[in-house]
Amino acid sequence: MHHIEVRDVTLVYDTPGGKVPGVSGVSFALEPSEFLCIVGPSGCGKTTLLNILAGFLAPAVGEIRIGGKAVTGHGLDRGIVFQDFAQLFPWRTALGNVAFGLEMKGVPKEEREAIALKQLELVKLGKFAHAYPHHLSGGMQQRVAIARALAYNPAVLLMDEPFAALDALTRDEMQRLLADVWQATGKTVIYVTHNVAEAVYLADRVIVMTPHPGTVKAEIRVDLPRPRDPLSVEFLEHQKALLRHLTEQAVPA
Amino acid sequence: MSSASLGRTNLRARSAIRAAFTLLVAAAAYEAVARSGAFPKALVPTLPTVAHTLLDMLLDGTMLRHALYTMYRVLVGMGVAVAIGLPLGILMARFRAVEGFFMPLVAVLMPIPSFAWVPLFILWFGLGNTATILIVVYAATFPMLLNTWTGVRSVNPIWLRAAGAMGARGTNLFWKVIVPGASPFIVTGVRQAFLRAWIAVVGAEMIAASAWGLGWVIFDAKEFLNADIMLASLAVIGAIGFAFERLVFGSLERATVMRWGMVRAAKG
Repeated sequence: MHHIEVRDVTLVYDTPGGKVPGVSGVSFALEPSEFLCIVGPSGCGKTTLLNILAGFLAPAVGEIRIGGKAVTGHGLDRGIVFQDFAQLFPWRTALGNVAFGLEMKGVPKEEREAIALKQLELVKLGKFAHAYPHHLSGGMQQRVAIARALAYNPAVLLMDEPFAALDALTRDEMQRLLADVWQATGKTVIYVTHNVAEAVYLADRVIVMTPHPGTVKAEIRVDLPRPRDPLSVEFLEHQKALLRHLTEQAVPA
Repeated sequence: MSSASLGRTNLRARSAIRAAFTLLVAAAAYEAVARSGAFPKALVPTLPTVAHTLLDMLLDGTMLRHALYTMYRVLVGMGVAVAIGLPLGILMARFRAVEGFFMPLVAVLMPIPSFAWVPLFILWFGLGNTATILIVVYAATFPMLLNTWTGVRSVNPIWLRAAGAMGARGTNLFWKVIVPGASPFIVTGVRQAFLRAWIAVVGAEMIAASAWGLGWVIFDAKEFLNADIMLASLAVIGAIGFAFERLVFGSLERATVMRWGMVRAAKG
């Protein structure tokens, strides 16, 4: 059985300027522990799709099933990491942020802090457990956000361009770290990005979306061994193939 | 780290020296007027006379008692104002129906100076603590309410989303996300409420209080032309107000929103 099934999902935004299609007839499926990247230009509906998966938005048509159960609203079976560094609670330390989900679940303080500390160590921030977010760099804040989304042990990790606002060097480092974390935890990941190299580096499979309305245009499997070498010929070929799909659609129909 | 904190200490010391300089110049100017002989000494007493009176009143305990009465009225009034303003502000920001119902009431009542209610409150509640405390409540509720209302509406939506995704609902969402998320405004609301309360209590005591309170002692001293008592009491009013605003609420701010990086300290 598929872990995640997205079937014919359609959502239309009702704006003062009229109806704007968000996503239209999107379908795909993920196996357990699969890493899927969704790539597309801005306005292609990739963030909308992620918000539907997260349960923040309800599709007008179609349905999403996770572990066989239809998604209605958000749930602790999914962890979410946003692009905005401000997603962390500034009034809580790194540890307090990571422990939040467990606290909501009613896990006792000692236990949840032990788990949170382990998660922070997984993203190599054990030493910064008691720092407040504003004392951490952007990359560190995003690592705390990843630890926070993993702490209550969801089966699925949803990530919306989490490294897009980081500098290139930090981004590379974060991609390596995320690949390690994913291999260590075996989560099913859906990762939205507009960065083609990032998608080829991280994903088992890449879905290319096109805007107006947001639909799936192509699907590319990345069968390269890990850890991947971004300078290898095979890597660059995958990148080229993806870019071709993306640039074709840029020409107005 | 240590050089940075040293720099901060240095900056603080320097700004304290600057403030002391301003106050010294003002005091010297007053003293020059008092000693010029242009006004009767009883009406414009010299600073040493005022200091002497202040010391006497401090030593015999009357000033402390006046101050305690006033503090009691302010703190009870503030407590009630926070108990009204905080939950109502949050409810108004979260529920349109609550906002729609209370907004006209707030808009009509807010521009009325609390002091204008004093005679009516005396008719209703008589002279004494009740009327005085109610004036304080009236003065302090609006800044508390409006700041909380604005604060909750300006809570970053991404915190609500993240918290919702992690299963925060109801009281958890309220106490662990909305209130701390709105805390910069709530802390500002408390500070403004205190200042308004402190101004209101002195005025209210002049008319509505009997026998005790810093406002009452000033008003009472008028009967005997005791300008030195008035000035000594004013100094105490200023000192307590300053201490509370800066030290109590200032350290509340440093321990919360500034520590969390939600509000920055002023530069220099």
